[in-house]
Amino acid sequence: MNRKIKKIVPAVVTALLVFGSGITLRAQDNLTPNGIADDRQNAFAFTHANIYQADGSFLADATLLIRDGRVVRVGSGEQANSGYFEIDLQGRYIYPGFIDIYTQYGLPQLERETRSGGAENLFSANQALNVNDAIRSNFRASSAFVPDSEERQKFRKLGFSTVLSLRTDGIARGTSALITLGDERANESIIVPDAAAHYSLSKGTSTQSMPSSLMGSFALLRQTYLDAAWFTAQNPRPFTDETLEAWASNQALPQIMEVSNWQQALKADKVGDEFESQFILKVSGDSYKRAGLLKNTEAPLIVPIDFPDAPEVDDVIAANDISLAELKHWELAPFNPRVLSENGVPFAITSSDAQEDFLQQLRTAVKNGLAADKAIAAVTSTPAELLGVESLVGNLQPNSLANFVISSGDLFAEDSLLLENWIRGERHVLASDFDGRGGSYQLLIGDISYELDLSFDASGPDAKLLIDDGETRPVNIELSDDLITLSFVSDASANRSRLNGWPVDNGWRGNGRSASGELISWVLRRNADATDANEVEEPDSITPVLPGPISLPFIAYGRDELPEQQDLLIKGATVWTNEAEGTLVTDVLVRDGKIAELGDELSANGVVEIDGRGKHLTPGIIDEHSHIALFNINETMTNSSMVRMKDVVDSESINIYRNLAGGVTAAQLLHGSANPIGGQSAIIKMRWGLPPEELLIADADEFIKFALGENVKRSRNDESIRYPQTRMGVEQVFVNAFSEAREYEKRWNEYNNLSRSQRRNRTTPRRDLVHETMLEILNSERYVTSHSYVQSEINMLMNVADSFDFNINTFTHILEGYKVADKMALHGAGGSTFADWWGYKWEAFQAIPYNAALMHQAGVVTAINSDDAEMSRRLNQEAAKSVKYGGMNEIDAFKQVTINPAILLHLDDRMGSIREGKDADLVLWSDHPLSIYAVAETTWIEGTPYYDRQQDIEMRKQIASERARIIAAIGNAGEEN
Amino acid sequence: MNTQASSNCMRLVLSFFICYAISLFSISSAIVPLPAADQSGPIAITGAIIHVGNGEVIADGIITFDEGVITAIGSAGDNIDLRNHQVIDLQGQHVYPGFVLPNTTLGLNEVGASRATQDNVEEGDINASVRSAIAYNTDSEIISTHRFNGILTAQVTPQGGLIAGSSSLMKLDGWNWEDAALRSDEGMHLNWPAMKSRRRNPDTFEFETIDNPEYAGAVQVLHSLFQSAQSYTGERLNLNLQAMQPLFNGSAKLYLHADEAKEIISAVRFARSYPIAGVVLVGGREALMVKDLLLAEDIPIIYEAVHNLPDMAWHDVDEPYKMPFLLTEAGLKIGLSGGNTGMIQRQRNLPFLAGTAAAYGLDQETALMLITKNNAEILGIDDRIGTLEVGKDATLFVSSGDALDMRSSQILGAYIQGRDIDLFGTQQQLYERFRDKYSNQVE
Repeated sequence: MNRKIKKIVPAVVTALLVFGSGITLRAQDNLTPNGIADDRQNAFAFTHANIYQADGSFLADATLLIRDGRVVRVGSGEQANSGYFEIDLQGRYIYPGFIDIYTQYGLPQLERETRSGGAENLFSANQALNVNDAIRSNFRASSAFVPDSEERQKFRKLGFSTVLSLRTDGIARGTSALITLGDERANESIIVPDAAAHYSLSKGTSTQSMPSSLMGSFALLRQTYLDAAWFTAQNPRPFTDETLEAWASNQALPQIMEVSNWQQALKADKVGDEFESQFILKVSGDSYKRAGLLKNTEAPLIVPIDFPDAPEVDDVIAANDISLAELKHWELAPFNPRVLSENGVPFAITSSDAQEDFLQQLRTAVKNGLAADKAIAAVTSTPAELLGVESLVGNLQPNSLANFVISSGDLFAEDSLLLENWIRGERHVLASDFDGRGGSYQLLIGDISYELDLSFDASGPDAKLLIDDGETRPVNIELSDDLITLSFVSDASANRSRLNGWPVDNGWRGNGRSASGELISWVLRRNADATDANEVEEPDSITPVLPGPISLPFIAYGRDELPEQQDLLIKGATVWTNEAEGTLVTDVLVRDGKIAELGDELSANGVVEIDGRGKHLTPGIIDEHSHIALFNINETMTNSSMVRMKDVVDSESINIYRNLAGGVTAAQLLHGSANPIGGQSAIIKMRWGLPPEELLIADADEFIKFALGENVKRSRNDESIRYPQTRMGVEQVFVNAFSEAREYEKRWNEYNNLSRSQRRNRTTPRRDLVHETMLEILNSERYVTSHSYVQSEINMLMNVADSFDFNINTFTHILEGYKVADKMALHGAGGSTFADWWGYKWEAFQAIPYNAALMHQAGVVTAINSDDAEMSRRLNQEAAKSVKYGGMNEIDAFKQVTINPAILLHLDDRMGSIREGKDADLVLWSDHPLSIYAVAETTWIEGTPYYDRQQDIEMRKQIASERARIIAAIGNAGEEN
Repeated sequence: MNTQASSNCMRLVLSFFICYAISLFSISSAIVPLPAADQSGPIAITGAIIHVGNGEVIADGIITFDEGVITAIGSAGDNIDLRNHQVIDLQGQHVYPGFVLPNTTLGLNEVGASRATQDNVEEGDINASVRSAIAYNTDSEIISTHRFNGILTAQVTPQGGLIAGSSSLMKLDGWNWEDAALRSDEGMHLNWPAMKSRRRNPDTFEFETIDNPEYAGAVQVLHSLFQSAQSYTGERLNLNLQAMQPLFNGSAKLYLHADEAKEIISAVRFARSYPIAGVVLVGGREALMVKDLLLAEDIPIIYEAVHNLPDMAWHDVDEPYKMPFLLTEAGLKIGLSGGNTGMIQRQRNLPFLAGTAAAYGLDQETALMLITKNNAEILGIDDRIGTLEVGKDATLFVSSGDALDMRSSQILGAYIQGRDIDLFGTQQQLYERFRDKYSNQVE
């Protein structure tokens, strides 16, 4: 772990230079005191302590020497400590002071303006900053930091002496400062002014329209990496931009990226890799769901331990709305640190801004199997190493800052208390040192003896008198380090005895007034033989088993183990080949995920044999136009060709499973239609349980979404100001984008043709991901699927394509395709349409359900798509509507959801029909696949049964019993509290 | 083919046998179909598989009707008098009662995204006096697409607010709304306020559910309104209160629109706290969770969410598909509507909602009842439509195959009160225009 962290933290060098210069770690010389100089060495010797060692062991009966706010040394045994004031810790525990590597301490938070609808905000604020307001890389926490004594107290109480403080605003958030939590002035508190550079995927308070989506955030990150490199390579700079300057210089610092789930974590890490930057990932508490994948990123994590509260499950109607994932997460989230640790993922732990029960949660994590030394490392040495400040904080080496906590016992024992938090040699008392004083006492007042029971809990001390035969009387008690006050009713008169006193060995003694008002003397002496309720419990050393499986995916219908690829022999089904043979009753052999053979009376060894008699076997359904399994759909710039739907695939979407249940095996996940040039498609197979990257179809051709008409004109937003507002402008958007791409290509070609020496005198052209995507289209490296409605615009786009010498691959929706189907056939464009949607917009008013039949008649490759998570699981029925409307023959109708979309996606060489050598993406139907009565019984992808109706019924039972089990656990946990 | 066939029955038969090869209608211009003339003489349909709508099927059936009313129904052996009838021999084709589409804005809305064409929501929370019938546009292009799938009667329903107004049952053929009305102002629509509201957290981008802060106030408004209405004397005119009087004398139904279990409980308890005889639950997505209340109160449901996704990821994948079966099995009376799809242009798929119910648990004739007999009973119009029985309206259609399955549904002809309606609308005309264009190009 160390090697890894050091490799990615070049800032170690920078940081040490800063310390070496001594700027930040001496008293502020230039500050004139109001009075006379008061320079002290603050030299202390803490003796007879159990001192925590980096290897997790304790140095027993040891001594810690500190002076001038630094550690002098840690040693064992008795030593002469002249020049040090000795504090005898009597066996108490010393730990290095905690570091919280992710806080907002002392930084003013910005108000977020909520916007909805209205005019687009297309430009950044008019300052010499980034073209996008979400890039705030020039922000420095050190310049905004104001010490906050109230917040500081909260952190100290939890054992923290150092925090990394950042402003959580923007996609690039600038730098954080490393700050100690003593009472110093701001100048001295900041020990590293630029400790790390921060990023996120949320634009924060920026009101600029772009980015409005997760894929837009990723795209902005990529483009800004390129812009900053281009900008800072030039002298003089082409213009002024403080954010690009800062972005470039911040690259030397640790790079911390905040994400909100494991999918974002994986993708953010990949984007970092594209630019040779290894992020430290600030994650949410869900990392255990895919700890192995996170391990592979080699990114260290910053992990919160604000484990979720139990969902409300007693109201059975309300509980209906609680997902299985939420229930499971409640149960497993407290095991997150342990699972990460077991998987070898390096991580620091954050308190989530000094959340009160941080220590309790840390203990829970340890109780759940996180090794104690890992837990301590996660708040001491690991964050220090991540920031390259391990020589300064996070351990107790000579010359480290004298930051440490004193605990009454082992930190992970339930009853041990954090007593003191020393920060740079200054003592901060956290709790009175009463531990060990609870128990059974003898109270002697004159010659009368009572038994008194003293105990402590979170609210303070509690005492009661034990009278004869088990009766008890309450005692009012107040307790501080020096003083004790007791009062109680001790006799039948109901008068009160009132006692004051002071501590002595083995208890307290003092004076007071008896019930009758006489001055009395008293002694409270601990019973020698008392069974000590406050004895420190040894932390449990048994690692508990996980309470439930970490299913794949982590939602309902996830499995404990992924289904396995099978060799299959499906016998006697009516096979819809989509080849020249049409439909035939025969046998189909599947080996290694491919169709191996079709033929009558096949037999094979080592295969799973399936009786298909009376059933129908078809190729898996392919949905050319889907938006399922995506975190976001639309980015809003007129041309957002640089955004990639592959960045936002959500493999945990239940709609993948529901699609499988409808016989769907593959889909093109498209950008939405908010803009003429949308984003790059993700084409997936429904491999339920695999992570996003593994849903993607390897080596599939690349596609992009275009859109025309009312949506891109923002017709439903009267206040929209974004170009284009008419179909006339829509054409110009395309002409302009392709023309610019050609110019861009020319610039680069010219530059690339220069000799090395010529290049020296020339500026490298700026790389632009929008233009590069448009060029891919012109170079037939990317294909267009265009949302379209009326005939004029369909014609227009084909003309634009012709004029730039490429083809529109597919028109999607294409509701008036029937009016220009002959032109489409001539151009070579396919049509992917709705079966019978119409009339919801003006441009859909002449949509007719005969559209598919007419396009087919005119020779257009025609598909029926869903654009809808519900309808996509009934696409076979939608295809059947071409039989009803237009009398298409049944085989051609069914091709519209299988081989035809495969052709449109350039996947027909491996999908869409049942032919030897093709992928075994198959569906076994209970009935004729165009009939409303047909139900998918099994859906295979490459021979793997990702859906099976019998298994589905079993899974429903498992879901019910798993829910019942967790709900019972929630009830039990509630009763224990 | 029967030689007595009139031009009306010619249309019916030709459109079946010749299907789309030869068009009798290419001369039509692109305006909505001509409303049909009154039935001119008795008609007999023979050789039919008659789906009565009450669960019965008559193989080789005969149905006769005259002056818009069914005069006889039976099988070939029943000696039904066919003298003077135009006889149409279907040779094994199917006859169905016209499907009934409840809770629709058909005729009120035209183009979803065009505000000028929206006449479904009036401003304000309380619009008891508002009547949908008078805004029903017989010339809506959407109507013919419904008829084409066998939907011949619709409950045209206002939306929005707490009290949306009165619905009316409309025949899907007529010159104007008065002409088309089958039963006017038959019910009042109450949208039960949502207990929860969902909003997107601007920081996490995730949806959160919060208690609707306006819920209690809205319920109070409703109580206050119903208390005033029940005690209304007319001494001082109040159009809203006056419009609610039919609720209390049994001449109008109260349609409670609610989907969530707790909202259903509260809505039903609300309705039962006033002397209102006819109460119907519309929506009812979570009705199964409170089935005992609905059974005890004898409240039928217009269920809408068949072609929906399950509410939660952990719910059965086919939950919405089998919900009609589960509700029926629970002993509840349910009808189906497609209103939940949110797009009136999709409601022509009503028969396929019933088909889905049949694919997931119900037998086909019971599934058919959900959009015929049950819908008619729930809407209180079963004296006229919903089943093919003597004395009821001759509102029926002929299909060459199973009308609940898109694979086989081919509607060949339809009658509304005995009038032979024209099934060909603009969509069919556009089809023929371009089919001919491309046929000519190919040849």
